[in-house]
Amino acid sequence: MVKKAALYIPLLSAAVLIWWPVWFLTMGILLSPDEVNLLYAAIHTKEGFVRWCLLPSWPSLRALIQLLFDTPEFFVVFWNSCLQCFLQAAGQLLTGLPAAWAMAQLKFPGRRLLFGMYVVLMLLPFQVTMVPEYLVLSKLGLLDTSLAIILPGMFAAFPVFIMTRGFEQIPKSMVEAARLDGAGEWAVLRHVGIPMGRAGVISAVVLGFLEAWGAVERPMSFLENPIHWPFTLYLPQVVMDNLGISMAAGFVAAVPAVLLFMWGQKYLQEGIMQGAVKE
Amino acid sequence: MHKLKKYKTAVIFLLPNLLGITVFLLLPFLEVIRRSFCNTMGNRFTGLYNYYQVINNEAFRLAAWNTVKFTGIALPLLLVVSLLLALAVRVISTGKEVLQTTYMLPMALPISSIVLLWKVLFYDQGLINGMLLKLGLQQVSFLSTDLAFYILLFTYIWKNAGYDMILWLAGLDSISKDIYESAEADGADAWQRFWYITIPELKTVMGMTAILSFMNLFKIYREAYLVSGKYPHESVYLLQHLFNNWFLALDLGRITAAAVMMTVVVTAGIMWLKKYWQLEE
Repeated sequence: MVKKAALYIPLLSAAVLIWWPVWFLTMGILLSPDEVNLLYAAIHTKEGFVRWCLLPSWPSLRALIQLLFDTPEFFVVFWNSCLQCFLQAAGQLLTGLPAAWAMAQLKFPGRRLLFGMYVVLMLLPFQVTMVPEYLVLSKLGLLDTSLAIILPGMFAAFPVFIMTRGFEQIPKSMVEAARLDGAGEWAVLRHVGIPMGRAGVISAVVLGFLEAWGAVERPMSFLENPIHWPFTLYLPQVVMDNLGISMAAGFVAAVPAVLLFMWGQKYLQEGIMQGAVKE
Repeated sequence: MHKLKKYKTAVIFLLPNLLGITVFLLLPFLEVIRRSFCNTMGNRFTGLYNYYQVINNEAFRLAAWNTVKFTGIALPLLLVVSLLLALAVRVISTGKEVLQTTYMLPMALPISSIVLLWKVLFYDQGLINGMLLKLGLQQVSFLSTDLAFYILLFTYIWKNAGYDMILWLAGLDSISKDIYESAEADGADAWQRFWYITIPELKTVMGMTAILSFMNLFKIYREAYLVSGKYPHESVYLLQHLFNNWFLALDLGRITAAAVMMTVVVTAGIMWLKKYWQLEE
């Protein structure tokens, strides 16, 4: 049908708007540092213009090698990001999962009000929550440590929200059946809740991790000593100091996020959908 | 007896998370409220002085206006664009998965990785200006003019269209085919079916999508900050920039008052929107 085929024009144009940045990023490990400097130096020198080629003129893995072998700072920040994000995601699961189950499947007074509180909390921008967080972290002496990032982050409201919606989709009959079998609530959660609420849980983990992986504001506000910086604070720095490896760094930093996304995509879609529509 | 036991379970399940939220958000927020009525040192009660200061602050007014303007334009635009994407993706037969994955990718790409590309494109010496020059057209300063607003707008849509598209797809899938069939049997054409069935049925999903997109709206600050720094062009000076700069100055009186005001606005907004989005069973 001609009509359907015509749809591909806007769809593919939109797709190109995404493929091109991805290709740009990938070029980060194919361009040699010298070529990067040649093409993009204009950003710093304020003379001439940036140039761009579809393919590297001298393909080389040198930027990547330089990054991985010659730049110890990169390892430090990359490790910081891994540590901070992994612990945040783990904490979100540990405390958030049971809370989500309770709000979805347990009856108690004030349940809807509590859920409403989570909704408000998840919508508050960091700029509002940074003030109370700062006061507490300062009082506890945790500023300028990784815990300043991990602790507030692991109690994020959005993952709890997603998991709650996911658990709400589980047919009450199944849950009741498991309870009638005499199983304690933890067992019900383990045998019915998590398998059936898989999509919500995985989405929460993926989205929570992606959010933490790309975080800029909290580290920027609470971490002064670069030794604790995640890569998100390091990358802008490296663009200033060492343009050559900056693209390789950008690529490497994106890899874990994209891989996680690819792995969880199926569940992510389902989990996101569950957040939107009630069966 | 059975009921009491149920509450005990609920409490145990909820406690760790609630404890964390209380310690890191709720309790300190009480302190924030207290501080908003005190001077910077926190030892003298000053009533509404801070609030008065904030509301009359030029930068605050600019930032608030920009944020409201950005929200008013970006949110509806994102909803429409992502809805169109969802509708189109649904109709085509080949390449659905590839396209869906593609559109969702931007939300996985850490913005720090993308920032260099944005600079390469939009700086005064960037690719786009270079191309404009080659075509003999006027060069444009993207980041130091009002165009910065549209760059930010584009970035927001680019990042979130895929996510919203999934939400719309969920909504579209949940409309039962029977309604469409009976409408078609009654002689309604495609446009009428869309307008009188699809749109009304999507209202709930729209509420949810709007709320989640609103949540992502504030995050756009990251892009703005990484590309343009603490003091960008005035058209993109948002509340977040203001908060960040006041935070660096540790101006606790003003920042706490502003934080309280923002919380009140957001909470009021949610309670109003609840009309359109059911949380009920």
